[in-house]
Amino acid sequence: MKFVKWIESQKTSKLLRIFMYIALFIVVVIDFFIERQHIEFFWDMVPGFSAFYGFISCALIIVISKAVDRAWLMKKEDYHD
Amino acid sequence: MIEWMHPALIFIFGAFLIPFLKGRTRNIYLLLLPVAAFISVLSMSPGTYGVIPFMGFDLVFGRVDKLSLVFGYIFSIMAFIGTVYGLHARKNGEHIAAFIHIGCSLGVVFAGDLLALILFWEGMAFSSVFLIWLKGGNAAYNAGIRYILAHIIGGACLLGGAFLYWNSGTIEFDALQNIGLAFYLVLIGFLINAAVPPFHAWLPDAYPEASVVGTVFLSAFTTKTAVYVLARGFPGAEILIWMGVIMALYGVVYAVLENDARRLLAYHIISQVGYMVAGVGIGTELAINGAVAHAFTNILNKALLLMGIGSVMHMTGRRKLTELGGVFKTMPVTFVLYMIGGLSISAFPLFSGFVSKSMVVSAAGESHTGSVVLLLTMASVGTFLSTGLKLPYYVFFWKDSGIEAKEPPFNMLAGMGLAAFLCIAIGVFPAPLYSLLPFPVHYEPYTPEHVVSALGVLLFTGVGFFALLNLLTPESTISADMDWFYRKKSSVFLWFARNLIIIGDNFIGGVYKFLVLEPAGKVAYYCSTSFLQRIDKILNGFARIFLDYIPNALTWFSRNPLAELKIAGDTFLFIISGKNIRPQIKERIREEKALYPGDIIKHWPIGSTVLWVTLFLLASLFIYYL
Repeated sequence: MKFVKWIESQKTSKLLRIFMYIALFIVVVIDFFIERQHIEFFWDMVPGFSAFYGFISCALIIVISKAVDRAWLMKKEDYHD
Repeated sequence: MIEWMHPALIFIFGAFLIPFLKGRTRNIYLLLLPVAAFISVLSMSPGTYGVIPFMGFDLVFGRVDKLSLVFGYIFSIMAFIGTVYGLHARKNGEHIAAFIHIGCSLGVVFAGDLLALILFWEGMAFSSVFLIWLKGGNAAYNAGIRYILAHIIGGACLLGGAFLYWNSGTIEFDALQNIGLAFYLVLIGFLINAAVPPFHAWLPDAYPEASVVGTVFLSAFTTKTAVYVLARGFPGAEILIWMGVIMALYGVVYAVLENDARRLLAYHIISQVGYMVAGVGIGTELAINGAVAHAFTNILNKALLLMGIGSVMHMTGRRKLTELGGVFKTMPVTFVLYMIGGLSISAFPLFSGFVSKSMVVSAAGESHTGSVVLLLTMASVGTFLSTGLKLPYYVFFWKDSGIEAKEPPFNMLAGMGLAAFLCIAIGVFPAPLYSLLPFPVHYEPYTPEHVVSALGVLLFTGVGFFALLNLLTPESTISADMDWFYRKKSSVFLWFARNLIIIGDNFIGGVYKFLVLEPAGKVAYYCSTSFLQRIDKILNGFARIFLDYIPNALTWFSRNPLAELKIAGDTFLFIISGKNIRPQIKERIREEKALYPGDIIKHWPIGSTVLWVTLFLLASLFIYYL
């Protein structure tokens, strides 16, 4: 399987990483320049808001979910037996 | 040429022929049924068909309009994809249950009134439970029982609501009038099937326990049918907006915590249906279109995800993230197909979820509810986090768990391939899907600002994921959900049963006793004393007179008739005599009674006896010679 080897090689993962950093950069930068047709809320005008909100949401979801789990929800696997 | 052929009948009656066919013939037949159903849906033109008069009402089995047609298309397409994926399954039972389930879903979609709807609604529940049970084993059996109980409760609510609507004069199923209790009963019935918290626990409880093929079918029809009936019956019901938002986030939270890959995806069904429920709640034409379009694309991408994980489960026998890892090496094709589903459900541009999910979010924006927009966007972050990053990362990469697996059978790959093709096709060319939507709304998903903001949100979700990767490491634990109340706290239910219900029962019993039983008892008692006992007494009295007193009196009298006559004579004397001699007579009667019966024979002198003998002899001589 060439494809598997290609994905798993060190070189590719380095390449992918660099590619991802560039993509992240472009997405934020381009947000400063695109023309906005629909402005419904104030955050629609803030460049880079979506990137910021995506990151914050992700962190919030993980941290809050895990905290709630630790506090109340987490049970052993044979809990229902 | 038949004017109108109900596609539900094709599936339901077609399913009964399956056991008679074998091997390749059976497989061809299995594939032909969804095709036939799809053609029958394609050939429909809007109108009302299949009207059957019943108890003064017209039952409508074929209400065909744009809203029902779009669900008809996607259901028959999904039936085909699922059948291709499940062709390797030898058990006919799974195919039969799946086809009856799909047929009933189509029956609900084309039903024009509440009674016809309920008929198929119950059929859906009772056919789908077999998809769970057919996996076999205790876990599947118990989950199936809990599943069917939840749906029986929902069906009962729906039936109660339908009867109340019947009372109010119409059972037509269109946007329902709020006439009080009936409205809410029907709504609860629908919400249970849509798996809206707190009525959702049946879904993540039961779906992961079904067979690999069964879960794929289950995920597609029940909740989406519920979205259809909500869009039909409750468009613009504001409470649904918030229910949908809560759903979308609720599913996300549990998906982050979940260790069972299929249960994780089940929680994402809840999350995605949240968008549709919110869209129905917003109720504008764009929002309803968005809800319907999202149901359409979500059926495909959710099925694709479950097929991908199902393939891993089929080939490795494992479904827990803690037991998986490194599967990519041996199943790269499955991984790529799974990722197409993951990117679609996460609404990446050029994938199907993008063209539908953004419609719902835009509709929320147009109705100026900023909090809904932000929260739904947050939910889509969670979707990508769990289904697009966490699940594939821990299943296909992470550690090398040393599993020897290979790619699944060709038919499974083909089923996934079909779904993946449609996910991309819809994402790239959304126009055909948009033309099927119920309202003619122009919507352009691919504007620069949309694309850039979607990419910004999603790519930085990825940053967050890799930054907090340590927190997400799967743990072999489970997270308690609403089913805790009926699985773990069944003692509470039993306490309720033993105490509250018994108290209630006793109270009702007491009232009944006081109002009915005791009066009835009194009447019965009165009857028994006044009639029966008296009759008894009279009979006894007669018996005593004839069997006791009279014979006794006769025997008493017969003991000494002479003395008796004497007492009688003295008594007569006592009555007629004057006061002065009464004590004397009384004394004599007392003595006579004390002596009684005494000597029966009167002691007369012997001479008089001789005289009597002589007289009788003379009399007999005289008679003899006469």
